[in-house]
Amino acid sequence: MSEVRNDVQAYTLRLELVDEPGELLRSLQPIAEHGGNLLSIFHERGNVTPRGYIPVEVDIEATPDRFDNIVEGLSEAGINVIQAGTERYSERLTIILSGHLIETDLSDTLTQIEATRNATVTDISLSAPAGSIDVSSARLQLAAESGSTEDVLSAMRDIADEKDLQLVEPLTVGGRA
Amino acid sequence: MRLCVLGAGAVGSAVVELAAEHGHVVTAFADSESAVVDADGIDADAVLSKKREEGVVGDADPESVFDADYDVLVEATPTTLGDAEPGFSHVERALADDRDVVLANKGPVAERYADVRALEAESEGTVRFGATVGGALPILSTIEDVGPSRVSAVYGVLNGTANFVLSRMAAEGLDYEHVLAEAQDLGVAEADPTFDVDGTDTALKGVIVANVLSEGETEYTLDDAEVEGIQELSGSMLDLAAEDGQTIRLIVEVADGAVRVGPRLVPENGAVAPSGTENAVQIEADYCGRLGITGQGAGGPETASAVLTDVERLAD
Ligand SMILES: NC(=O)c1ccc[n+]([C@@H]2O[C@H](COP(=O)([O-])OP(=O)(O)OC[C@H]3O[C@@H](n4cnc5c(N)ncnc54)[C@H](OP(=O)(O)O)[C@@H]3O)[C@@H](O)[C@H]2O)c1
Repeated sequence: MSEVRNDVQAYTLRLELVDEPGELLRSLQPIAEHGGNLLSIFHERGNVTPRGYIPVEVDIEATPDRFDNIVEGLSEAGINVIQAGTERYSERLTIILSGHLIETDLSDTLTQIEATRNATVTDISLSAPAGSIDVSSARLQLAAESGSTEDVLSAMRDIADEKDLQLVEPLTVGGRA
Repeated sequence: MRLCVLGAGAVGSAVVELAAEHGHVVTAFADSESAVVDADGIDADAVLSKKREEGVVGDADPESVFDADYDVLVEATPTTLGDAEPGFSHVERALADDRDVVLANKGPVAERYADVRALEAESEGTVRFGATVGGALPILSTIEDVGPSRVSAVYGVLNGTANFVLSRMAAEGLDYEHVLAEAQDLGVAEADPTFDVDGTDTALKGVIVANVLSEGETEYTLDDAEVEGIQELSGSMLDLAAEDGQTIRLIVEVADGAVRVGPRLVPENGAVAPSGTENAVQIEADYCGRLGITGQGAGGPETASAVLTDVERLAD
């Protein structure tokens, strides 16, 4: 028992919610479901991101394992996790993938990214220009564990290589992500 | 100073035209087939119009320039890969005669840096090459002033043609081929823009920077760079970037002993997203943090002015 207690840590989740009734409640469900203890909610009402989302900061307590499940649960529920934890997922990076995205199974690509363990996909934007059904592009937003940007990008290069996709990386030299 | 100018293209011709303004005399001038030598200084206007009208600079043999009286050899022949010839041999001959050398040609310092430095060590002459990276922008001289050992990273845009193509694609939502054709019509891109768009030109500049930063510890050549071009980018990829306040530019990164070139996502109005044909680099150094240099890099007169600045430094 005491071992488990010691394992509990405080985490901050930064979410971006669609401006619709019930969204906040919906975002809290995965937290409860996966055994997180809600500490506080900071709802920045009136503050809207450039893309029309409402930023929300949620402080919770959970074991690292449960926290992973919570972040996964939120992503699965379609909720934008911008930042998760002070330690984990503190770096945000954007990439663009292009090529036969659909044919090479986009959802498998996303699963492979999630499987790298130090990153989670928080947002995806797809563009398939009319007239070219086979070549499409996607912008992915990833939240990466702090200090793991290089690892995440190198995993992305492998995935892109394997699927013959073009990867546009963010400029990361000089500590900029 | 008395100058011997090799190469009568955009750069070499502009050096000949601007030399007098800077207080120098051109005593020898050659293109690939002809030369003109005059110990009192060649008549710049006459020679340049001869080149324009007849395609030659004079009646002398190109070899004769090496016997001329000169203090500084200005090397502005085409940049070549591998053995970096004919530029390398020109450098070798000038140094063997204890003359100074100023390069616009990237080949010798990108592909044979150690050889050039070894020849320089045996010679009374000095080699300067500020014009090879960013043309008129004082990138190498800033690194020299800050001290190469204090610089931890250099990154940014060093090819105006690629930058023009990408900024047009972003602004107009057009595809690569379309914009490239337009750039060729405008004279911004050359008839064969391969090295500009496939990243080779940018990589050569990155390799030169890496050679300067390593101060002789490691020699870099084009083979050591990881290079990706912009040919595969589409208008929709730039649109996706723009939706997130970003854009895509052909970026060179020189850091941690590695040179990488490729399209990168950068903030739309950030320090390394210059407009049109401009170049923009960031130099990260101890004590000064991040230094930015942005402006019109390439072009005949621009590059010639950088060559003449190097000549000035040799005179000091
Ligand atoms: N243009 C720029 O903005 C810029 C910026 C930075 C660096 N650079 C570098 O500066 C150099 C010159 O550029 P550019 O734009 O002036 O090139 P360019 O217009 O192609 O001119 C090259 C000149 O070199 C001459 N040449 C070729 N082989 C020669 C030889 N063996 N001996 C003497 N002359 C020879 C050519 O002679 P012919 O006239 O007989 O063909 C031509 O006049 C290149 O290495 C380039 O990479 C250029």
